[in-house]
Amino acid sequence: MGIEQKLGNMGVATLKLEQAVNWARTNAMWPMLFGLACCAIEMMSAQASDNDLSRFGMELMRASPRQSDLMIVAGRVSRKMAPVLRRLYDQMPDPKWVIAMGDCASCGGVFNNYAIVQGVDEVVPVDVYVAGCPPRPEALIHGIITLHEKVRGETVKDWA
Amino acid sequence: MNEYLTDTVQSLKDRFSLETIEFRGDISLVVSPDKIVEVCKTLRDDFGFDVLAAESAVDYWPEQAPRFHVIYQFYSMTHNQRIGLRVPLDGNGPSLPSVTGVYPNANWHEREIWDMFGIRFEGHPDLRRIIMPYDWEGHPLRKDYPLGYEEVEFTFNFDEIDGRKPYAKE
Repeated sequence: MGIEQKLGNMGVATLKLEQAVNWARTNAMWPMLFGLACCAIEMMSAQASDNDLSRFGMELMRASPRQSDLMIVAGRVSRKMAPVLRRLYDQMPDPKWVIAMGDCASCGGVFNNYAIVQGVDEVVPVDVYVAGCPPRPEALIHGIITLHEKVRGETVKDWA
Repeated sequence: MNEYLTDTVQSLKDRFSLETIEFRGDISLVVSPDKIVEVCKTLRDDFGFDVLAAESAVDYWPEQAPRFHVIYQFYSMTHNQRIGLRVPLDGNGPSLPSVTGVYPNANWHEREIWDMFGIRFEGHPDLRRIIMPYDWEGHPLRKDYPLGYEEVEFTFNFDEIDGRKPYAKE
């Protein structure tokens, strides 16, 4: 018994390789298990049953940077933490993306002082900024969908 | 004030000829840096103040003499009493003897005071920074330390500030 018997007549779907690759990348994006402050609580909430991030193929947070392709910087990054963050980013395999979640990660937020990096884009290249202090899970999911749209527009050559 | 505490304060005053400050029922003794280890030892061994509950500092900048106060808070388990010590220090290269030999938990407190205020503790076994990165310059809790903030971006100055921002490369 093959899959065609279970699903009925599927016919043939044609698409570009690029589309297939991007479809795979967007629908099995593995974020890194990595929270720095209160935003991480909202990130956890986004994965819990109410908001259910697994609808977008992201139910799995990887505890190792080597297995993840999305870094969600959830919280303020102190100057002491910045080298650690960059190191984690460097350990992630290509292709990789970064979401700056919340005001602190995006621009320093209310912590406009010597101890906090004024925006995580000084340390790693950021693809999507999510505003809010902290952003609600819906806002984070919106940011992730925005990132998915960006990834769908990428070509295979971008990362080759 | 409790009788035991009154006696303690009186005998310490007599023995070391100290001043006292009382604020809302809390009493603290003003101690000079050269006497602090002796006073701590007496408090622990003769008066039963066996816990160093807190050690901290204050910066009274722009005053210079004294600019800093190092503050010790002691607690006695047996008598359920609290007492405080204050050590005034000058602004120019402040230093005082470490009390890690008397109260071992002063170790990290003194490292934090060194990190945040730049007050040296003579005889401390491991006087490194504890909060800021090791290569940090300056002591952030000093009142004359610059806040180091970034100017707030508006439409009229966005390009100027954004041009200065050190963006990360891939």
